[in-house]
Amino acid sequence: MSVVANAPVFADLPTPAFRPGPAGTHITIRGLTKYFAGWPLYENFDLDIPKGKIVSVFGPNGCGKSTLINMIAGLVPIDSGEVLFDGKSLKDTQIGYVFQNYREALFPWMRTLDNIAYPLKLQGCSKAEVDRRMEELVASFDVKFDLRRYPYELSGGQQQTASIMRALAPRPEVLFLDEPFSALDFEMTLFIREKLQEVFMQTGTTMLLVSHDLEEAVYLADEVLLLTKRPTRVAEILRYDAPRPRTVDTLSEPDFVSTRRRSLEIFQREVRR
Amino acid sequence: MGTATPTPAVTSATTPAAARPWQAPSEQAPPTRRRFSASAALPFAGPLLLFIVWDLVVRVGWVKPILLPAPADTLATLITGLAGGALLGDFLTTVWRTVQAFVIAAVLGVPLGVLLGSQERAYRSVEFLIDFFRSTPSSALIPLFLMIFGVSDVNKIAIAAFGAWLIVVFNSAYGVINARKQRVMAAQVMGASRWQTFRDVLIWESLQPSFVGLRSAVSMALVIVIVAEMFIGADSGLGHRIINSQQVMNVRDMYASILAAGALGYVLNISFLLAERRIVHWSGR
Repeated sequence: MSVVANAPVFADLPTPAFRPGPAGTHITIRGLTKYFAGWPLYENFDLDIPKGKIVSVFGPNGCGKSTLINMIAGLVPIDSGEVLFDGKSLKDTQIGYVFQNYREALFPWMRTLDNIAYPLKLQGCSKAEVDRRMEELVASFDVKFDLRRYPYELSGGQQQTASIMRALAPRPEVLFLDEPFSALDFEMTLFIREKLQEVFMQTGTTMLLVSHDLEEAVYLADEVLLLTKRPTRVAEILRYDAPRPRTVDTLSEPDFVSTRRRSLEIFQREVRR
Repeated sequence: MGTATPTPAVTSATTPAAARPWQAPSEQAPPTRRRFSASAALPFAGPLLLFIVWDLVVRVGWVKPILLPAPADTLATLITGLAGGALLGDFLTTVWRTVQAFVIAAVLGVPLGVLLGSQERAYRSVEFLIDFFRSTPSSALIPLFLMIFGVSDVNKIAIAAFGAWLIVVFNSAYGVINARKQRVMAAQVMGASRWQTFRDVLIWESLQPSFVGLRSAVSMALVIVIVAEMFIGADSGLGHRIINSQQVMNVRDMYASILAAGALGYVLNISFLLAERRIVHWSGR
């Protein structure tokens, strides 16, 4: 047996102890690091996302709002760090994701019905289970259009409604929404926003919403997560506790107005920084 | 894509959007009744003009009838030839050779292309070869194929199948490589495995470009079959007939055979377009 002389010596670094988030935390993000083209986008980023709440992500252009939720959802690989859902990894967690571009998110070779049922079929649900879940979804979304049509035969709002139904079909623990309204006209935006709020009140699914519209971000949120410019950190997290269902009247109530103004102040401070 | 998003029926200010049932845009569209008009006849204007000019040229005597027969005579030869005459046999022989070459190319090409496309590294390693031989005129390879297969029917089909196969492989592979990344991501986020993503997304995404490949491939197969029939000691087929009638100065038969070859190519192309529209019904929407 030969012994390597002068073998490199490694100091035994203690692994940093895992710091759990406060009670009611759903997603814990610890030490998240992501470089883009050699520059840090996120460095040692920590965040706790509460369970059963809607968190709106808002921040300056290029701060990586979508990248953040894509990393949490596993669509963009992370350089280092850890993301846990109630202590589980992503692979043991059912998630739903709604893309901005619904045209390229639905499968045009399947009827809308089959698109929505697709995640259930992936899970290996029986025909009866799929049918039952589809009935529930149709009822809770109050669908008035023909789901046997192909997605491209539907309007933009109908397609995005179908996308949201598909994302919710397997009863995900977390629903990610990446600017779900920005490809829609105003009327459809209002309609789907209300549907989303209704579904949230029915199911209490944790939702993470990226939005470029501050009013919309505050309107839907329990917490507004404001980010800094890159390297991105949390600028501030604002709570907004107005009761649901929120309506058009909510938009003119003092606490809404003040939360929105406060968000805008922080946003502008971060943009100028 | 470029098409405008169809907006649902405008609800009045007093009714909430949710209360009004949605209508599919196709239902709202006012029924457009096709009226028979001059514009419907437009596609026939070009051919008609060509026939008139052709007829005039022959009648006035600018071109000797020994070089260019009158269009009516040519059409008569074409019709009687195809209605059970000798032309029909050659026509069917060419169709059969083209179909054989095409089927070989499609059966071997589409699966290989889709497979190569889904393993992008594998495709990159053979990309140069495919691009090189795709750019090489297949007719330049005829002598090579002569050495391998000899002067036979198999040779004509083999060379046509080879040229068509490259086109099919190339298009199917690129179809998979250029699949919309977001649809793949959508499948992944729903928990689809690699195999499920391949089966439920990639294959479907590649269908449309595969069809483009198949359509070009059938045209290529026809071109090579005709060329091969002309120059590789054939005793049947449209190519053989065209060159034979030219050598005995039977120009009427030559023009009829050329028209038959043209019609064959046109019909093949159209039928592939129609099949594509039916099968890849979402294409372009």
